[in-house]
Amino acid sequence: MITMEHVYKSYRVAKRNAGMKEACKALLRRETQTVQALSDISFAIADGEMVGYIGPNGAGKSSTIKILSGILTPDSGSCLIDGRVPWKDRREHVRQIGVVFGQRSQLWWDVPVLDSFELLKDIYSISQYDYQHNLEELTQLLHLQELLKIPVRQLSLGQRMRCELAASLLHSPRVLFLDEPTIGLDAVSKLAVREFIQRLNAAHKTTVILTTHDMQDIEALTKRIILIGKGRVLLDGTLEDMCLLAGKPQSEESRFGTKKHESMAFRQNADKTEAEDDTASENDLDRIVASLYQKLEIL
Amino acid sequence: MNTLYKNISLYFHYISIVLRSVMQYKTSFFLTVAGRFLVSFNGILGVYFIFARFHQVRNYGLGEVFLCYAVIQMDFALAECFAGGFLRFPGMIRRGEFDRILLRPCSAVLQILGSQFEISRIGLIIQAVLMFGYGMAVSPIAWTPGRVAAVVLMLLGGTLLFSAVFMLEAAVSFFTLEGLEAANILTYGAQEHGKYPIDIYGGRMMKICTYMIPYTLIQYYPLQYLLGRTQRWYYGLYPLGVVLFLTVCVGVWRLGMHNYQSAGS
Repeated sequence: MITMEHVYKSYRVAKRNAGMKEACKALLRRETQTVQALSDISFAIADGEMVGYIGPNGAGKSSTIKILSGILTPDSGSCLIDGRVPWKDRREHVRQIGVVFGQRSQLWWDVPVLDSFELLKDIYSISQYDYQHNLEELTQLLHLQELLKIPVRQLSLGQRMRCELAASLLHSPRVLFLDEPTIGLDAVSKLAVREFIQRLNAAHKTTVILTTHDMQDIEALTKRIILIGKGRVLLDGTLEDMCLLAGKPQSEESRFGTKKHESMAFRQNADKTEAEDDTASENDLDRIVASLYQKLEIL
Repeated sequence: MNTLYKNISLYFHYISIVLRSVMQYKTSFFLTVAGRFLVSFNGILGVYFIFARFHQVRNYGLGEVFLCYAVIQMDFALAECFAGGFLRFPGMIRRGEFDRILLRPCSAVLQILGSQFEISRIGLIIQAVLMFGYGMAVSPIAWTPGRVAAVVLMLLGGTLLFSAVFMLEAAVSFFTLEGLEAANILTYGAQEHGKYPIDIYGGRMMKICTYMIPYTLIQYYPLQYLLGRTQRWYYGLYPLGVVLFLTVCVGVWRLGMHNYQSAGS
């Protein structure tokens, strides 16, 4: 169970104009500006739920993830995960969570993947039995057999991401945070990652919180979406709710969610292949999100 | 006791990963070893040439200076070897790698120490041992158990002192988000000056190096005892005082950690 109530967080950032002269001035006197990253964020996520946490760049997604994972302390508000305050009980808390940053690696660059895994075994004090069991399961599900003996720097991005997922799950966390897990992956790898996350959630009831800009990830994985913009929760609901919020384009709305398959059936008759239809609907989804984000800018 | 054992074995596991990584780049490793060796050999030659001309620097002969020099070089090399992770720390903060450290259920300091093990300093250590041997041979020291203990304390205290300074420098980057170049005066500068017993630089320098960064505790005072220039045997215990300095540095580090967690990047 994850709850966040009225969480606020602001940063002081240095502010200066471009140019050498300004840079020199800033050396002597630095002007700072307070940026409100999160204001009044509240939500609750039940065990075993998969939630998409989305919003435009700079909306506060990373700040939320950092607070939930105990890296940052909020200015005010409360946050509990399985009865623990993440930043107060950091070490106990991080035992129960796994975090994958799509843009950063947690593996040791120059040694074979298996070496990294064994170090993680020691870091999390995973028992030999659990380690063997989890490693076998993850190796099978993520097809890691051939990758384990290769140094991380020689893996492709897709291969590495599969290893990153395994690395974050060796200690059987109850909550998994995925920060843009499919960024930069090819279609095959994306599908593999999505399929794996689905299986993981089904088999272990792991709570998954997913931030992404890839709407296909959201469509494939999460029933529930939390949309944030400028540090506020704007929507907490389903994909259809989001389309409704976007308002336009009205005609395309009905093609998502439960109605999607029906409309697909119609389209197939109108001599369109399924694949074409899929790409079309994905573009539409991106368009809907884009129009939603544009609306947010105006707000 | 159990957690201590676990931490130590975890540390060695980290180090073994670092060493396995280093072995991937053999040429780079040997060039680093050679480079560091030559640079510091240059320093030894400098001292040698000065003594070829002046024979004495404020009552200290070549052998005595070499003893002092050897101990400082060894301290510094050991500190770089074991606590070198702190030197890379500003980069870790900037690249966001510190977030990953906070996501793991073990001590941040352990992870930072474990991120680096400068095995390439082995050249400097061998050099220091040779220099120490030479210094011992040419200066008439009556070795007693107390004096041997003093040398051991100088090495332990000195390594700890340089490590503490590295930690202090790293802690500063919690606030500035980047390394402070000026802080190198305290490390590389001190190593350079520390070749000679600090009293040759005069009283003011002695005060700075006692009350601000306590270098005299691991160098000047125990050296006086070692060379038999004082009746005060307890000078040999002065290196223990470094623990006080370390405590202060740990305090600053904690403050920095706290600051990071509430500010972040």
